[in-house]
Amino acid sequence: MSVDGGFQLAGDGYSGADYPRSHGEAVLEISDLSVAYRTQAGDVRAVNQVSLDLRAGEVVGLVGESGSGKSTLAYGACRLLRAPALITGGSVRYRGRRMPRPVDILELTADQLTGLRWREIAIVFQSAMNALNPVLNVRDQMLDVIHAHVDVSRHEAMDKVGSLLDLVGIPRMRLRSYPHELSGGMRQRVMIAMALATDPEVVIMDEPTTALDVVVQREILAQIAELRHRLAFSILFITHDLSLLLEFADRIAVMYAGRLVEVATAGEIHHEAAHPYTMGLLNSFPSLHGPRRELAGIPGSPPDLLSPAPGCPFVPRCGYSRPACAEVDMSLTRVTSSTDPSHVTACPFVLPGESLSAGKPNLTVSVAEAGAEEVAQ
Amino acid sequence: MTSVDPAEVQPSVGVVSAAADRGPLTMEAISISKNFRIGRHNTLHAVREVSFNLYRSAVVALVGESGSGKTTAARLLAGQERLTAGTIRLDGKPVDVGSRGAFRRYKSEVQLVFQDPFASLNPVHTVSHHLERPVRLHQAVTSKAQVRAEVIALLEQVRLTPAQQFLGKYPHELSGGQRQRVSFARALAARPSVLLADEPVSMLDVSIRLEMLALLNDLRQRLKLALLYITHDIASARYFADEILVMYAGRIVERGPAEELTQHPAHPYTQLLVASAPDPDDLGGMLRNGSGSAGQRPGSGGPAAVGCPFSPRCPFADDRCRADDPALVRVSSSRAAACWRLDVAAPDVLARSKGGDGDTTK
Repeated sequence: MSVDGGFQLAGDGYSGADYPRSHGEAVLEISDLSVAYRTQAGDVRAVNQVSLDLRAGEVVGLVGESGSGKSTLAYGACRLLRAPALITGGSVRYRGRRMPRPVDILELTADQLTGLRWREIAIVFQSAMNALNPVLNVRDQMLDVIHAHVDVSRHEAMDKVGSLLDLVGIPRMRLRSYPHELSGGMRQRVMIAMALATDPEVVIMDEPTTALDVVVQREILAQIAELRHRLAFSILFITHDLSLLLEFADRIAVMYAGRLVEVATAGEIHHEAAHPYTMGLLNSFPSLHGPRRELAGIPGSPPDLLSPAPGCPFVPRCGYSRPACAEVDMSLTRVTSSTDPSHVTACPFVLPGESLSAGKPNLTVSVAEAGAEEVAQ
Repeated sequence: MTSVDPAEVQPSVGVVSAAADRGPLTMEAISISKNFRIGRHNTLHAVREVSFNLYRSAVVALVGESGSGKTTAARLLAGQERLTAGTIRLDGKPVDVGSRGAFRRYKSEVQLVFQDPFASLNPVHTVSHHLERPVRLHQAVTSKAQVRAEVIALLEQVRLTPAQQFLGKYPHELSGGQRQRVSFARALAARPSVLLADEPVSMLDVSIRLEMLALLNDLRQRLKLALLYITHDIASARYFADEILVMYAGRIVERGPAEELTQHPAHPYTQLLVASAPDPDDLGGMLRNGSGSAGQRPGSGGPAAVGCPFSPRCPFADDRCRADDPALVRVSSSRAAACWRLDVAAPDVLARSKGGDGDTTK
């Protein structure tokens, strides 16, 4: 099947479930995962047949707007959701170095899950203020975690707590501080230290720096990157800020309305984005470096997942939509024009690099010409 | 050389605001300070001798990290905190919020928009309730029909259309962006001349932020609002503001035209802010290096009590920086910075200003 612009679909064999993988063992392999929220008005399909894998030592960024299902996907994969959320299908295979054989997380018993969580897969939650226990000091909550998941003496656990705090750059004098006595950045560092307390292989980070300043954010990201180099864990990094991922992630998965719409390496996403939604995201953030660009943003708001329209859910906000979009089945197909074999998109029509059409709301604030002149004089 | 209206020269620095050409001066903060007492013996200097002007139809951005005093500065301007020292003038007259009536009159000129649209709207009241009250309070309309018409006009102004549909909605039925639009509409209900927007888009998705800023920009032009845009995101200030004021530890450490300041930052703290902003063109940079911005150690402490507050984090700091606090001094006709070591930290900026207008720092 050939569509306009010479864009080729890569054959019928490709679907979301078996898009080509490059080398490197997958640690976490999410296949066709679907999660629905049961409501009185019907099922809200928050995650819809999503397949994504995380390889050893890799940082995969999961980006999307609020309500796109990115947190639901991650929590669903760890079975951390509770009613009314319901996993309606799929599998999540985990292959840890310490595990004798791969397991399907969705099949595990409650006991097995307890052994897996934190020990193998740890999570850094979004709001450190809510995730930390306000009536325990830093040391006690970290000891709690270690004793709950690893069989060590109190002395060893204390040593571990100290070295973890060193690792994330918190002075040991803060051991007895309570969460409210720490700054936002420090709390987030404590959360990261706690996630690493049991040497997990996979760390899921849910917007770990969203509430922080850019300076602190960069410090923490740099620290995470360094820790990953040293400790060789894999990261699934959830955020709504694509600009951050371009710099931080190895691969980026773009999520919209419960579906993955594009997956590729950070470089491919930056230069060869193939889905209009990804292009919209790329066109949403003001850049500080380089020349001022025209920014378009993404007009409109995400669709209602209670009664989704057939075809591509991005149609109402898409500058390229055409009648055939109503029949798109949203499976991920390879971008054949790309040199990256893992680059897949759910949009069969748009070419990578096609510029966004004009006539959208722009933020065109001219530079304070007056000020510039003053300086020149 | 253009002649400069003496009223538009900032008294302490002798710098003309990059926002001055947009419209007439409305609000002046003249050396305002705010101290908070902490415990019995400690004083926190949240805002220290801060001066700036707001002009009609212009956007001035106040940029800094959390705890730098930018929100306190906005609250001082909004009349919600008492000044420890300094003066605020509105249209040339010193601000008086002493009595209830005076405060109300002041509020109908100066409005504040908060960061969190989830917390700033009352969950048990409808959109129309949120808007009817300020309309009744600040505008001379009494009849139900007039109030309703005014509320609908407000919703249309912030592009919540069809307005009828939104009147009866509760905050939980709205998305974050829609809620923030209601907050804007509520602020505009007083028909203010000055809008103080405290991180108005920080809580919103990146894809929604741009639309919100475009809306604010549109309102600024149409209603000739003097806008103070408070943010920790200096990249958005580059696109949105005329002038940027960078705050650190309660004081303004650098000010200048938005484009120039972000492209050629002078103060080491501004340089750090600019270097910390995500740089999509530096693909995998952080992963390759495993380290962040140059010379910055995480957790390297808060502001210093003696000397330049930034000195503990500053790669250029010397003994003088650790002993004496530098004042904000003029770098060019529209720029100023508070740094002893500009010759080392930003030789390019000094060279430009020397070549440009024959003016030096000291």
